[in-house]
Amino acid sequence: MPYTEGAPIADQRVPAGPIETRWDRRRFSARLVNPANRRNRSVIVVGTGLAGGSAAATLAELGYQVKSFCYQDSPRRAHSIAAQGGINAAKNYRNDGDSVHRLFYDTVKGGDFRSRESNVHRLAQISVEIIDQCVAQGVPFAREYGGLLDTRSFGGAQVSRTFYARGQTGQQLLLGAYQALERQIAAGRVEMHPRTEMLDLIVVDGRARGIVVRDLVSGAVSTHFADAVVLATGGYGNVFHLSTNAKGCNTTAIWRAHRRGALFANPCFTQIHPTCIPISGDHQSKLTLMSESLRNDGRVWVPRDPHDTRAPNDIPEADRDYFLERMYPAFGNLVPRDIASRAAKNISDEKRGVYLDFADAIARLGALAVEQRYGNLFEMYQRITGDDPYKTPMRIYPAVHYTMGGLWVDYDLRSTIPGLYVIGEANFSDHGANRLGASALMQGLADGYFVLPGVIGDYLADAPFDAVDDSHPVVADTMSEVRGRVKTLLAVNGDRTVESFHRELGRLMWDECGMERDEAGLRKALERIPELRDEFWQRVKVPGTGEALNQELEKAGRVADFFELAELMCVDALHRAESCGGHFRSESQTPDGEALRDDANFSYVAAWEYTGVGRPPVLHKEELVFEHVTPSTRSYS
Amino acid sequence: MKLTLRIWRQSGATGRLVEYPMDDLSPDMSFLEALDVLNERLITSGQEPVAFDHDCREGICGMCGMMINGMAHGPEKATTACQLHLRHFRDGDVVTVEPWRAEPFPVVRDLVVDRSAFDRIVAAGGYISVPTGSAPDAHATPVPKPDADTAFEAAACIGCGACVAACPNGSAMLFTAAKATHLGVLPQGQPERYSRARDMVAEHDASGFGGCTNTGECTSACPKGIPLTTIARLNADLLRAHTTRSDR
Repeated sequence: MPYTEGAPIADQRVPAGPIETRWDRRRFSARLVNPANRRNRSVIVVGTGLAGGSAAATLAELGYQVKSFCYQDSPRRAHSIAAQGGINAAKNYRNDGDSVHRLFYDTVKGGDFRSRESNVHRLAQISVEIIDQCVAQGVPFAREYGGLLDTRSFGGAQVSRTFYARGQTGQQLLLGAYQALERQIAAGRVEMHPRTEMLDLIVVDGRARGIVVRDLVSGAVSTHFADAVVLATGGYGNVFHLSTNAKGCNTTAIWRAHRRGALFANPCFTQIHPTCIPISGDHQSKLTLMSESLRNDGRVWVPRDPHDTRAPNDIPEADRDYFLERMYPAFGNLVPRDIASRAAKNISDEKRGVYLDFADAIARLGALAVEQRYGNLFEMYQRITGDDPYKTPMRIYPAVHYTMGGLWVDYDLRSTIPGLYVIGEANFSDHGANRLGASALMQGLADGYFVLPGVIGDYLADAPFDAVDDSHPVVADTMSEVRGRVKTLLAVNGDRTVESFHRELGRLMWDECGMERDEAGLRKALERIPELRDEFWQRVKVPGTGEALNQELEKAGRVADFFELAELMCVDALHRAESCGGHFRSESQTPDGEALRDDANFSYVAAWEYTGVGRPPVLHKEELVFEHVTPSTRSYS
Repeated sequence: MKLTLRIWRQSGATGRLVEYPMDDLSPDMSFLEALDVLNERLITSGQEPVAFDHDCREGICGMCGMMINGMAHGPEKATTACQLHLRHFRDGDVVTVEPWRAEPFPVVRDLVVDRSAFDRIVAAGGYISVPTGSAPDAHATPVPKPDADTAFEAAACIGCGACVAACPNGSAMLFTAAKATHLGVLPQGQPERYSRARDMVAEHDASGFGGCTNTGECTSACPKGIPLTTIARLNADLLRAHTTRSDR
């Protein structure tokens, strides 16, 4: 096996005592920074999605000096904006039996018992405050005629706790955070750097002290320093080339931090979303998700006969197999994503897809009610496929959507590098091996609005640290490494485009480290990735210069980092010889094809230490302790 | 399918249209995917690819935007360039592609423009002042459903800039009005309603956007269908801000 094992992670800095009071205890034990002194403490926040935008705004409100960075032309465009379905919160407005404990329980179970109980419990507690905050900001959530908030249910839950704004919940929540951020920018408390990409982390005397960035318009490489660095740079699903992520989503910030010493946890835990639009051809540049909320009212089926070539509306009831309802009668079409995706894969293929049918919902609720709930999703589907889902069932197929893995963080969301905090999808923290629907928005905002601002003072109480500048030898080294990489990418001048390499890597990862993995396939990928990576550095062609806007150069740097991450994902997937959540190892399944977890051997977080490109990483285990939710076989039938 | 793309290329102060015949396209491609195909070809043949902004490619981030045959985001109604598919063109069409044309949106390169003026308009007042942690319970203030729906409809703006590009005056009034309406119809947005309208419009004017003369090109070009009535609301608030509520 291509790795070595190091010391286990002993301390997650989780407070002792009853789980319900741990967050209170931590906030009380965390040192505070006097309001007058906060303006002398500085924080860099990279990324302006739900986590980064809300963190930058809130830290600035508290009085810290904040510098915020994003690669897009405006902080409003981060990919959180594309989240459709909703955000969970244990408000129990429906009086349907929901509670903080139930949301906690559902999330730990949904994550297939591979997350840290204390973090998840805190997330459930904070969920209720998020809704309050967002409503006060003017987020136009869906409402009932009485003026109160509407909710709906989502995969993996039997209560109705998902708040939503039509099919554009992520957009509306992000605009709330963005507006709060713009307010702080106007107040001079946040210095905003759009079209700026982080290319490395500066670690001085064991502390994260700054970042090296490239101005994407001028091409200038420069440094920014602060007392702490927060990475809120999202997930790495684009390692698969085709995913529902935005084209620019990348792993560079967290991968560069990993190379500087931050452990990378559970990289193989990736989520394949069941309801996406199938691939239409080789030109495909990305995949489009249709919110899982569609499964509330849509029914998933395939023709009983896989060779049935009739149009879907011509296939009578008797010849249809509503396979989710048949296999999982208790949850039906609302089983968690990993289960729905695998069921779809086992019963159909990429080209045929499966049907998502609204005929019953339209008959029951009327077309108008269906339009109010899903109108924009239907429009989007029609624009892309040319088919009208009010008349013809949608065709859907699973696609890579979210990465549960990410940089390892403790209870304070601090990585293994002091002063480096990681929030939102970029960390590994709350979703275990599978994320429940409508929980990503909840986690991003919990981290950014509440968790990070609640504990970062404990670290900043020791600041300000000694000033560093470009003349510091570590800084100069980091700068010259970054410049060297940019130069090398431009100098190769080979004969293959970045896109062609990305496509090939993505295909390999989808085939061998996608929805279903096995030892032979993973070993094959581990042989092929280094070859392809070498080829990349010998044959890639990046036109233009480094001293101007150069989108190919940006892409080349990102794909180069995907090549390194891909290898670690396969090592992680290979070592975890169990099935859990989104990680399905075909060697580890029950007789009826369900995931077979191995708690005796794998009830831990796998946190990997970097030792060099192509060199065996070191595994550090964080044992998981379940005191409040007893691990059981996840059953939705 | 075949198309001839005439694309604006600019790397300095001036630019020009360059013609690219394409014969390997598919009607199922999005317009941006056609540009991807072109770029792959340009790179392989040692030329610089066409720079264009894009990110989510599902019509929600607002990053993409270009004039396609003189129309913002192209000929399809309520559709961003990334969601425009080639099936809406005829085989053999000549398609002209240009960047947004408006003084406050200077061209960065090729089809990429600088839209930071939009952020400044929001920073001038496009928010509700509610620091994290200070919010009352979400159900403390019921919001009538029609108001919530009106707010949502305006809040759906993606900040792409099509309204400005389509407007003969280069006005960003639809963008500004969308934000003012979103926040102005909600009870939470009332305390700052009039100062918001006043300050956002002041920043709009300072950024060099033109005045609104109600031609309505903006709303017909808007990929999210933001209605012209938002501008009427903004004007009403603005009038009140400058007459009866000058203290706010």
